[in-house]
Amino acid sequence: MADPLLEIDSITKRFGGFLALDRVSLRIRAGERLGLIGPNGSGKTTLINCVSGALPTDAGRILFEGRDVTRLPAHRRTRLGIVRSFQIPKPFASMTVLENLGIPLEYAGLARAHGAGAMEILTMIGLDAKAHLRPSGLTQIEMRKLELARAMAARPKLLISDEAMAGLSSAEVDDILAILFRLNEQGITIIMIEHIMRAVMRFSKRVVVLDAGNRIAEGTPAEIVRNPAVEKAYLGE
Amino acid sequence: MISWDLVANAVVAGILLGGFYAAVSLGVSLTFGLLDVVNIAHPAFVILGAYAAYMMNSTLGLDPILTGVLFTPLFYAIGAGVYRIYYASFERRGEESLRGLVFFFGVLFIIEVALSLTYGVDYRLVEAVYIGKSIELGGIGIAFRLLVPCVVGLLMTLALYLFLSRTFYGRAVMGVSQDQVALRLMGADPVRIKTIAFGIGIAAASLSGALLITIAPVVPSTDRDYIGRVFAIAVLGGLGSIGGTLVASIILGVAESLMATLFGPSWSLAVSFGILLLALAVRPAGLFGR
Amino acid sequence: MKTRGALAVGVAVIGLGLALAGLGVNPYVYFAGYVVLQYVVIATAWNVLGGYAGYVNFGTPAFFALGAYTSIFLIEALRAPLPVLILSGGLVAALLGLGIGYLTLRLKGVFFSIATFALSVVLQTLIINWEYVGGAKGYTLIRPPVPFFRSWGVLLFTLMVALAVVTVLVARTIERSWIGRGLAALRDDEDAAECMGVPTLRLKLFATTLSGFFLGVAGAPFPYYVTYVEPSSAFDLNYAVNALAMPMIGGTTTWLGPVIGAVLLGTAQQVATVTISSELNLLIVGVVLVLFVVLAPEGLTGLVRKLRRR
Repeated sequence: MADPLLEIDSITKRFGGFLALDRVSLRIRAGERLGLIGPNGSGKTTLINCVSGALPTDAGRILFEGRDVTRLPAHRRTRLGIVRSFQIPKPFASMTVLENLGIPLEYAGLARAHGAGAMEILTMIGLDAKAHLRPSGLTQIEMRKLELARAMAARPKLLISDEAMAGLSSAEVDDILAILFRLNEQGITIIMIEHIMRAVMRFSKRVVVLDAGNRIAEGTPAEIVRNPAVEKAYLGE
Repeated sequence: MISWDLVANAVVAGILLGGFYAAVSLGVSLTFGLLDVVNIAHPAFVILGAYAAYMMNSTLGLDPILTGVLFTPLFYAIGAGVYRIYYASFERRGEESLRGLVFFFGVLFIIEVALSLTYGVDYRLVEAVYIGKSIELGGIGIAFRLLVPCVVGLLMTLALYLFLSRTFYGRAVMGVSQDQVALRLMGADPVRIKTIAFGIGIAAASLSGALLITIAPVVPSTDRDYIGRVFAIAVLGGLGSIGGTLVASIILGVAESLMATLFGPSWSLAVSFGILLLALAVRPAGLFGR
Repeated sequence: MKTRGALAVGVAVIGLGLALAGLGVNPYVYFAGYVVLQYVVIATAWNVLGGYAGYVNFGTPAFFALGAYTSIFLIEALRAPLPVLILSGGLVAALLGLGIGYLTLRLKGVFFSIATFALSVVLQTLIINWEYVGGAKGYTLIRPPVPFFRSWGVLLFTLMVALAVVTVLVARTIERSWIGRGLAALRDDEDAAECMGVPTLRLKLFATTLSGFFLGVAGAPFPYYVTYVEPSSAFDLNYAVNALAMPMIGGTTTWLGPVIGAVLLGTAQQVATVTISSELNLLIVGVVLVLFVVLAPEGLTGLVRKLRRR
């Protein structure tokens, strides 16, 4: 694989005696759509916390565009282009929807000033009508969209979408999927963490499976579905 | 030159003081540790209890600790009422932490000022037959004014421990901190359980106030000294662990007593707050963390 | 209001203060005015950390007293003049602010607040045991003849007018800058702010340091004002309660809130001290604080905003 966008080089993370990630390696090419799946507690969230900088790693390296970011604080990584959305939306509650986008635009997006402004992003995601509302006035799906819109305002090169669809209806899932596909067409690399298999399998070109802190499988969605190790991880013995 | 006699006396006095500190801290361990309610006004309720004991002692000559016990139902009701206000104003709206803290800070201030308006800022004390008496064991003097509160404090600790581990409501209180859904399945209303627990916390505070005024005279602003102590003990004891609270109380009592003996009493207060700062900065989960 | 307009208003307020100083009204006006203005500085400074960044500091007395005792030390050691005292008091308190800024790395929410309270008591104990600055007995300052002004009361009043204006202007500038927006983001959600590119640690350190600086500045002229300083008066819990209550009453999200709160509550206290009793006025502060935090959590400015929206 020629010069990956993100290279995770055998990172390890422990919580006390619990080994959450055991020398996990992963390479992601620019423009890719990668699905990251695994049972609860398999280490998916820990992995993206380590990549985004929310948690320090115990061993291993993380390279982004060939640059070692392992020791960088989260906000520096965001400025380089690694942006995540949160599983449980964490909007800035005292600001309007539009102002929510202003924060990443001002703090992270300025380095790459070209690209859409806050209002254009809201229009693309379908939140423009709510631009001047506070987050408390949004519905569940609008909240998820705000989470994505705000991530977009940080001008990501790599977007990590953490369970953006949990608890949504199937029409709403399609809605979010369409947005993610569009972002990918614009050249943004996307890692999708998701429990809704239908969504991951449709979206991903490649799927990586974690179980108990180890990478147990990798392949196209079709290969993953047929993989007996994956089935065992999900269903038990 | 420091004499070992002095040190031994200080250690024994510290252990006795620790038993009393446990009584003062039980309520905070319960409300902060198990309910996640940061009642910073807890020490003010301790002082309120002390003044109740003073009032009954100076007018009717009632024994302070007996008064403390008699007043527990009243303080239980006050505590339950305060929690209801707190719940309706903050917890239900999900803004408990900071605004709730400010609320309790205001309550502390109101109680303190109201007491100084009523009783002035002079030191108040109580009289009882055991105050002033002491026994000596192998060169170490044990004052009854310390021994009695210590024994009562230990009894309170034991009672709370038994309540939490043996009764339905006690187990429900333990449940509130861990799993509210399971609690509902048991048929217990979390708000009601928390009201009960908070009432017990304030009742314990008032009783420990009676112990406090037995040990030493009290002024309305004495509550400030105890803010650091009770939170140091609650944090050090591991937030919600009754056994941990007792051990932390004794550690603090001995540390303060030694500090007072070796460097002078003006330093002893810094011990508790210093320990609190260290505990917070180094190990927020406490010595016996959950 | 543009920045230039705000500056003009600030200069006008200082001019007004000077005019009032020249008038020579009842000395008590200057005496009480000093206290109210001191609370404008304290409430505004507290709010930079508590209101903008959402970190509730219970240790206001520590910073205020550090300003006051830095002054005492410098008077005792060097006979340093007032401007030097104010700057030094601010800087020393700013250092303490930087220290509590690093505490935010480990302590969030209520734990941070409790730690700041503990800090205040530890510091008070150190001062009580430090004989050089008076220890527990306190320190008596013999004021030199007053320069330029009719009396020390008038001089200190004018000085506090200027300090209040500077503090409010600085707070207002921060609030409306990228720093203020970043602080608001981290107040709303620290994790999300960091992930959106906000350097949360740097901003928190900035807020704690600046807040500490102005709290120290408020305390620095205190020895000149009272001429007798003891630990219990410099570390008075009233500062902690007022520093909380004033922004809470006025509203914590804008610079105007603490100013309104300090002027209203500060004036009410001064009036109550004269007409009723100083104990009763403290009771009023406590009751008003609790009422506001329960009934109008966004303060007076928040209430006005709500009414306007209707």
